[in-house]
Amino acid sequence: MSSLSSRSPLSGKTAIIGIGQTPFTRGTELTTLGLHLEAAHEAITDAGLTPADIDGVMPNELAGTVAEDFILELGLPNLAFSSTIRTGGASFVSAIQSAALAVAGGVANHVLLVAGRRGFSAQRVSKTSEGAIAPHPVMRQIDEFERPFGNTVAAQWFAQAARRHMHEYGTTSEDFGHVAVAVRGHANKNPRALMYEKTMTLEQHQASPFIADPLRLFDCSLETDGATAIVISRADRAKDAKKPGIPILGVGEGHGDPPTSITQKRDLTRIEGLERAAERAYAMAGLGPEAIDCAQLYDGFTWIVLASLEACGFCAPGEGGGFVRDGRIALGGALPVNTSGGLLSEGHCSGANLVSEAVRQLRGEVEPDRQVAGCERILVTGEGDFHEGAALILGATE
Amino acid sequence: MTTNEEAPARPPIPKTEISQGFWDAIAEGRLAIQRCTSCGLLRHYPQLRCPSCHSADSDWADVSGRGRVHSYTVAHRAFHPAWKDHVPYVIATIELEEGIRLVCDLLDADPDTIAIDQAVEVRFEDLPGQGPIPRFDVVDASGG
Repeated sequence: MSSLSSRSPLSGKTAIIGIGQTPFTRGTELTTLGLHLEAAHEAITDAGLTPADIDGVMPNELAGTVAEDFILELGLPNLAFSSTIRTGGASFVSAIQSAALAVAGGVANHVLLVAGRRGFSAQRVSKTSEGAIAPHPVMRQIDEFERPFGNTVAAQWFAQAARRHMHEYGTTSEDFGHVAVAVRGHANKNPRALMYEKTMTLEQHQASPFIADPLRLFDCSLETDGATAIVISRADRAKDAKKPGIPILGVGEGHGDPPTSITQKRDLTRIEGLERAAERAYAMAGLGPEAIDCAQLYDGFTWIVLASLEACGFCAPGEGGGFVRDGRIALGGALPVNTSGGLLSEGHCSGANLVSEAVRQLRGEVEPDRQVAGCERILVTGEGDFHEGAALILGATE
Repeated sequence: MTTNEEAPARPPIPKTEISQGFWDAIAEGRLAIQRCTSCGLLRHYPQLRCPSCHSADSDWADVSGRGRVHSYTVAHRAFHPAWKDHVPYVIATIELEEGIRLVCDLLDADPDTIAIDQAVEVRFEDLPGQGPIPRFDVVDASGG
């Protein structure tokens, strides 16, 4: 594996200097934009800035907000950069790559990224037949060749990837259960988590009803109202910020081929987009998976965590099931995963809460009993649409 | 061709100019897949150009209609009203002998015995208001 001396000049050049987050709830009085503004103000304050300092904004695809919303509602006087990434659940982490390039290249000084939506009070995935989520051009082939044939929602698409993984590698529903139980244990230590007070045993996981076999109810992430925001700036500017900046050591984006659907992937069991993204993030940071102390892996479904462990090189393809047994991904294990409870048990904030959790861990701001000891490098992933991926490596302040 | 009286209706099929040849063949009771006339590559879902040789020329090649279950899920919850009276039902990714994959609900398949690699065969079904669509049925693996 490459040494630190081989890291890209971009590595460590930019940093996350502020985070903000609404509470995660099932029910809200606020609109999606209202949630975004609350999180944005908190992030800007956390960064020691005022809205007038923000000259870049990256609205999140899944929320349907646009740059103009933020110009108007935050009173941004002179926006220099705006862009929206369209890779579904990978969008937020992918956007960090674009934001880092924008600030490193001098196009903008402080870029605001906001994500999350009224996932419970509006647009509930479990209640959606069609039309509730904004039309999405990448769904064109699904709309023509899969939805009319009964393959209508993400749980059914990912279930087929999970089923194939079980067929090829002997992965079991209990393996998925180990992921659900481990991250639930983390949520039980996180007062901000929707599942803070609800414990889960492997037996309870196994008794939860099938949604799309092999995926059970407890293999599916939460439907959540809430938003998360971060501010990205140049690392040398971050030195003047209120709190230490958290340097972006590596970031990468990757796309699957063909991009039309999970069913068309050459290998359904591999998140090829994430493999490519992780490879790029490691190369930029000049390190490999053995240097990662903690991982925040996009967990829309439990199976995605197994496949992400494989895609990011923590184990070989097919070995994800074995990797998560025996507490390895729980706090205190060799690689704590999703220390906030993740999308499965903290809340589904379009993956952005995995990034804020990584920042809190590296700042030492989490509750003491879920602080990863000696945590210096955290890998955060995004997975979206049909095995598209994004990977981010954050480090302790240098 | 059989006629199905399912109600309520399945989601409408947003056919496009790119896929018209696929649906035209279905209307004639044939399963045909887009083929690059320059390099011969079969491709699905239909697209404008060959991703391998970049040719813009293509035609529609009849395929066997025989394949195997590459993967599947048993849906225990319907997320669309058209399937609410069918749960639990099988949704399968079919890999044709020619290597092309199609997705189909197998409403007649037994959710308890469906398995990867099970043999399937195409049939055509006329959906009220939508026209004919390809469907697949599990066939006796012994070839009966």
